[in-house]
Amino acid sequence: MTSELLGRTVLSWRVAELVESWPETASARALVLEVPEWPGHRAGQHVDLRLTGPDGYTTERSYSLASPAERSPDGWRLQLVVQRVADGEVSPYLTDVFAAGNLIEVRGPIGGWFVWSPREGGGAPVLLVAGGSGIVPLMSMVRERRFRHDRTPFRLVYSLRTRADQLFADELNRPGSGDGGVETFVLHTREDSPRRPAGRITAADLAAWGWPADFAPRCFVCGPTGFVEEAARLLLSLGHSPDDIKTERFGPSGP
Amino acid sequence: MSTLQGNDFEDGNVLGGPFAEIFVHDLTAATGQCRFCGLDGPMAAVHVYTRAPGVVVRCPGCQEVLLRLVSTPRGLELDASGLSHLSWKL
Repeated sequence: MTSELLGRTVLSWRVAELVESWPETASARALVLEVPEWPGHRAGQHVDLRLTGPDGYTTERSYSLASPAERSPDGWRLQLVVQRVADGEVSPYLTDVFAAGNLIEVRGPIGGWFVWSPREGGGAPVLLVAGGSGIVPLMSMVRERRFRHDRTPFRLVYSLRTRADQLFADELNRPGSGDGGVETFVLHTREDSPRRPAGRITAADLAAWGWPADFAPRCFVCGPTGFVEEAARLLLSLGHSPDDIKTERFGPSGP
Repeated sequence: MSTLQGNDFEDGNVLGGPFAEIFVHDLTAATGQCRFCGLDGPMAAVHVYTRAPGVVVRCPGCQEVLLRLVSTPRGLELDASGLSHLSWKL
């Protein structure tokens, strides 16, 4: 269904309503938007949100979808996670002001490259490498795998500043039934963690917690630009093929 | 932020939305070839600068400009002179 849509993307803006939200961390908020119609999406895809001011000024931002769409009595529910960027134009509004019942325009699903679905890849294992809020589209892949009862072996290496910055902490630290085969390794850059002293991601982390290059895993790397460049460089140095590494960066404005 | 720093860009994954107004097919699923250095790779991996009037897309290999997309009240302008080739597997 979605592959046809990806082949012929006719995207229009839809009006969505915020139906639920909760803090994921002190600076990130999960938003559940409801749209009357939704064509479905693949894990890793994103949506654009458009805000329009009273004077007609509009601005758009891209946000990754955090989970498969869920059917609801009034349509479909889409989950996003917005990280507040202190001097941002859009994210402080979405995390601090945007309230249940408020409306926003949504365009999507978008992106046909940084995506995973159980049918693709011929059973190759998957390595997810997340920096900060780059976890969001990768979480969508973990959830898609669970939703589909897929058995593809997954490993997730998740780099973040401190424990308090971790998104989806409950879900990742205590995986639910059906998550057999998803191994998660969290490393902290600003504080020691039980398995590792503080520091940026290294080749040793990816060698110990990723897959050997001989297994030809499909690697998905998402995070801030500097993190993605470094993690991709490390994967190449460990012998992974450039064709198996897909990256998604977000710039200084954040996702 | 007014200065252009080395990491001041996003990647081609963000092009899907803006270019859906122009192309029927998903630009992020295409491969493109740079007219300057010949690099042929996924459009999802290009460097995208949005802190400008419009969207500027640069080659990840040589940093030359591949695409410029500007939306004004009068219409939409696309300069694709930096790309020699775009292809989609359908």
